[in-house]
Amino acid sequence: MRFITIDKNSWANGLENLYGNYRLFGPVKNNNQHFFKELAKGELPDFNYLNTRLSPKSLVFPQTEIMFEFSLDENDEQHHILKEINKDYSPRALIGIRPCDAASFMLVKRNFDTPEYKDNYWLHAYESTIFAGLACDNPCNTCFCTSAGCGPFHEDGLDLLLVDEGDKFIVKILTPKGDNFINSAGWETEADPTASEKIIAEMQIKAEEKIASSVSTDKLKNKSTIKLYDGTFWDDIAFACINCGTCTYVCPTCWCFDIQDEVTRNSGIRIRNWDSCMYPLFTLHGTGYNPRNTKMQRVRQRFMHKLKYYVDKYGDGIQCVGCGRCIRLCPVNIDIRKVCDIMNNYEG
Amino acid sequence: MQNPYLPYPVRIDEIITETEDKNLKTFKLVFINPEDEKKFSYMPGQFAELSVAGKGEIPIGIASSPTEKGFIKFTVNKVGLVTTCLHSMKPGDIIGVRGPLGCHPWDTLKGKSVVIIGGGFAFTTLRSSIVYMLDPLNRKNFKDIHVIYGARSPGMLLYRNELAAWETRDDIKMHITVDGTDDPEWKYNVGFVPTITEQKAPSGDSDTFALICGPPIMIKFTQPVLDKLGHAHDHIIMSLEMRMKCGIGICGRCNIGKEYVCKDGPLFTLAELNNMPKEY
Repeated sequence: MRFITIDKNSWANGLENLYGNYRLFGPVKNNNQHFFKELAKGELPDFNYLNTRLSPKSLVFPQTEIMFEFSLDENDEQHHILKEINKDYSPRALIGIRPCDAASFMLVKRNFDTPEYKDNYWLHAYESTIFAGLACDNPCNTCFCTSAGCGPFHEDGLDLLLVDEGDKFIVKILTPKGDNFINSAGWETEADPTASEKIIAEMQIKAEEKIASSVSTDKLKNKSTIKLYDGTFWDDIAFACINCGTCTYVCPTCWCFDIQDEVTRNSGIRIRNWDSCMYPLFTLHGTGYNPRNTKMQRVRQRFMHKLKYYVDKYGDGIQCVGCGRCIRLCPVNIDIRKVCDIMNNYEG
Repeated sequence: MQNPYLPYPVRIDEIITETEDKNLKTFKLVFINPEDEKKFSYMPGQFAELSVAGKGEIPIGIASSPTEKGFIKFTVNKVGLVTTCLHSMKPGDIIGVRGPLGCHPWDTLKGKSVVIIGGGFAFTTLRSSIVYMLDPLNRKNFKDIHVIYGARSPGMLLYRNELAAWETRDDIKMHITVDGTDDPEWKYNVGFVPTITEQKAPSGDSDTFALICGPPIMIKFTQPVLDKLGHAHDHIIMSLEMRMKCGIGICGRCNIGKEYVCKDGPLFTLAELNNMPKEY
């Protein structure tokens, strides 16, 4: 494993060097909240943040994405035939992504990259992206990553991990992609692996100790799906829900989407948009029948998907990285940690 | 890397109005690029997304059989935006087809007796199955074939010419029925599908599979009849419907528990459904 250090004085310079080779994205403060945005030349990511308001999923899976274009003009030889469009999949770097958000891409990848079907849009965007993580020294009080298969210094899904050590970053380079990125920036102060490993391990323990909340997931796998689905607790959980969809909107692991056509005069596009299981239209049949017609059914779907169906389908943990956004932003204080514990302990 | 969302362009070759209410039309489609027909290699029971540029896509069961070459057929009920647009189209118009999608039962059914039970316009993929099994090359791969097919009235039956032709054959036992009719010429059964199933369907055994496709109410009342006739739940194959978009198990809306109806289905045995949430 290779380690380097980056003196913060040479940080801006390195980013400047990267600018021509990568599109750079990083957290930037706007209206008191941090959001990932593309950095203009000379613009620096602002690392003085706990986590971004929205997850960075939109950088790989845009909220609205054009899939195809077509002409409806019958004088056009190829009219009514859908055409692929050129997209920019040039290298890009997500600088300062939190380990939980990076791990979320690994959970979501299982959905878009299957043995039978490959989702080109998602995969091309994902493969063209460097994930340059920033370790968390100061988790939020809603964070529960350490019990959600993740952690403040977690490395899954990252190409490199930046650890903030006062006037410098220690960088743990995790993949060849990460190596290229570092070389391209011109950062080359090698660090002693053993000493770096030791400093990082100590900081990691301190950070993990600050994470005050947790979920229990150990019994979910062996629970009966039908019994959990028929659980008596769903009405209580869903009681306050207003089906606003904020939870699915901010969640880094929510991937559902809708496909729509839009037409302007004689041409059009087929686009996909983020969708949400919180909305009745998500499952409404053409006949008017809706298998998830009540809000309780929709709330149940969201939690069953994340905490049981996903667990059963992939056999490797819950579809949640513990970022806590849905807890912080839910207008009626529905808390996935409580729901998870109820499900994990349900003996109905 | 092939883009799984890109439809094959097809030309509408022929449109047949199937039913007296004119709400069901069969679209015979021909691939614009002949090599696409080879890529669209399907089996009865599968479906495809029909794509109308500017309107969207809809999942529709394939009504033609892979033994019929040079075209594919879909019978479409007029319901929403895309289907209404399709119903107003004419031969020569260009649409798209994406698929084939979903699973099929033919690995299981080879060498078995098959009881087909269909109601209303869900008969489309069952028509595909019947044509496939009756093909001279395939018929020897199956034992007895029973078909119980019902519609509200004689004029609401799909593929009436083919039904009449199958009635005259001795290698398939047809039990056509209507809910009611005042047509004195009607020479087949009168009664709901569950009733006719009880009277005409063979008893279940380990070599017999029932293939059911129809409205929920028909399925609900047919199931106890099949129980009574001794059909085991892992020998009853049902086709489910859901609102779908991607058709390939990615967009997230058509799940029942961890199964996606589009990719893991649309066919499930009753035994499988018994272990899934009742959310369909």
